[in-house]
Amino acid sequence: MGKDKRHMKKSAGNIMIQILLVILAALFLFPFVWMLCTSLKTEAGIADYKQFFPWPVSFRAFEKGWKGGKFLIYIWNTVKIAGLCVIGTVCSCSLVGFGFAKFQSKAKNILFLVLLATMMVPQTVTLIPMYIMYSKFHWLNTIYPLVLPAFFGTSTFNIFLLRQFFAGLPNDLAEAAKIDGCSWFGIFSRIYLPNCKPALLVVVINQLVFCWNDYMAPLIYLGRPAKFTIALGLNAFKGEAGSTMDIGPIMAMAVVTILPLLILYLCFQKYFVEGVAASGIKG
Amino acid sequence: MVKQNGKKKKKLNDTSKLFWIFISPWLAGFCAFTCFPMLYSFAMSFTNWNGLTNRDFVGISNFIQILTKDKTFGLSLRNTFFYIGVSVPLNTAVSVFLATLLNKRLPGTNVFRGIFYLPTICTGVATYIAWTYLFNGTNGFINVMLNALGMESINFLGNRNTAMLSIIFMDMFCIGTAMTIVLAGLQDVPRDYYEAADLDGANGIQRFWHITFPLISPVVFFNVLMAIIKGLQIFTQPYVMTGGGPAQSTYVYGLYLYNTAFSYGKFGYASALAWVLFIIMILLTLVILGTSKFWVFYREDVN
Repeated sequence: MGKDKRHMKKSAGNIMIQILLVILAALFLFPFVWMLCTSLKTEAGIADYKQFFPWPVSFRAFEKGWKGGKFLIYIWNTVKIAGLCVIGTVCSCSLVGFGFAKFQSKAKNILFLVLLATMMVPQTVTLIPMYIMYSKFHWLNTIYPLVLPAFFGTSTFNIFLLRQFFAGLPNDLAEAAKIDGCSWFGIFSRIYLPNCKPALLVVVINQLVFCWNDYMAPLIYLGRPAKFTIALGLNAFKGEAGSTMDIGPIMAMAVVTILPLLILYLCFQKYFVEGVAASGIKG
Repeated sequence: MVKQNGKKKKKLNDTSKLFWIFISPWLAGFCAFTCFPMLYSFAMSFTNWNGLTNRDFVGISNFIQILTKDKTFGLSLRNTFFYIGVSVPLNTAVSVFLATLLNKRLPGTNVFRGIFYLPTICTGVATYIAWTYLFNGTNGFINVMLNALGMESINFLGNRNTAMLSIIFMDMFCIGTAMTIVLAGLQDVPRDYYEAADLDGANGIQRFWHITFPLISPVVFFNVLMAIIKGLQIFTQPYVMTGGGPAQSTYVYGLYLYNTAFSYGKFGYASALAWVLFIIMILLTLVILGTSKFWVFYREDVN
């Protein structure tokens, strides 16, 4: 009987938690729902700011926003940068991660510590000299400053993540291939790399989201509107149109900015969450 | 791990050349994009370089200026510390709270986890602009809701007392990464610990403080450290939402540094500011590491 009572108390508690979770979820979704609703309003709907839901629904804000800015160019610029960064990061970080996971050297431990320590160096310390260097190379307003570092393993967190994954794969895989006369690069690219697809996908997603949302580096390196990424473009668009009362077009373009991330997230939700857990930080 | 198979260790020892080949991209990148700029910036911090003409060695006068006379330095550092001081404990509490709720594994947990993680992915200009409108003092929707509840409107971003707190409130929703790490930690807590506590008649709060928290303290510690490092570099939120105002109440260190370098072109002085930030970051990390022995427990300690 005592057990029964406890059981009831527990299930009552669970219902409370369930209700709490629903309320919290609504709170977390609220800004995004509001954004979408605002973007679907007519101009009169925007003026009636106390109304939450768009009625009548209209796509005029998307039309006006799309025509008002150069969003096609911004999106293309961002896709270009993000795509190249992803290729660079996957190539360089997997090589380096494999090196740290599977080979021995006297300097290995100290170098790995150095690698982890670079995660702590504030971006601003290196930003100013890099800006000066790039301006000397006449690389400002090009994609080089944003893309080139990715090819040289600068995203240390991704190296760390891949190293953890490679270290978890057995050495025996290499032994067998070595007997068959496979080179180390072949062993890496044909045996280990295909075996760590989930981790690579996590790296791809990490890098895509980072490039899509990055603001400070593009702000410094890209001054010309024709070169803007979507984040810069959206803020510039807000600056131009911000004084009007009609925030519909700005919110419509904000929705356009977020939409690719949202689709990516819905398709690969598992990998977003695994990326954190797989790094072995826990415990 | 290496120790476990000594035989293999020996075998892989011959591969030290391969080690260097495989890590060479990072090594080159480390020299070019981290080491060299750091040295460059360090050297630059002792000059009065303004990007154009002056490039004289001025000794440590930049640092003396920063630490003794520069009022904006003090102001922006205070604002940044205020941001960290409120936001780090708040975000830590929220992430642990959400992870604890999710760890009950009730129906729909995966959906809730997905929703709680969503703002973390969409952290960017788009959401900052949306929040700017939501916070609007006259027709922002948050004020519409407050009015509906019979409360006065608040000029969230337009008032020096509430502007930073509003940014902190917004950032409270971006705890997805921390939450996921805590959740992973929670799932490692052995169930029988709780059963033992149940037998002893411990209530929920006691269970949390005496069992759960000590066991997840290492991951919480990691989250706190990461949040501090990130918080010290906060830039985009105030840049997009307030521009540092009103009355410089959201003028954080990152903004000051950015303006010094890229608006006024004082590269030498800005480099000195960047190094001061770096040193503050290292000191703060050491302090947190020092406190860790009072509240972070590793399972080996118990055994």
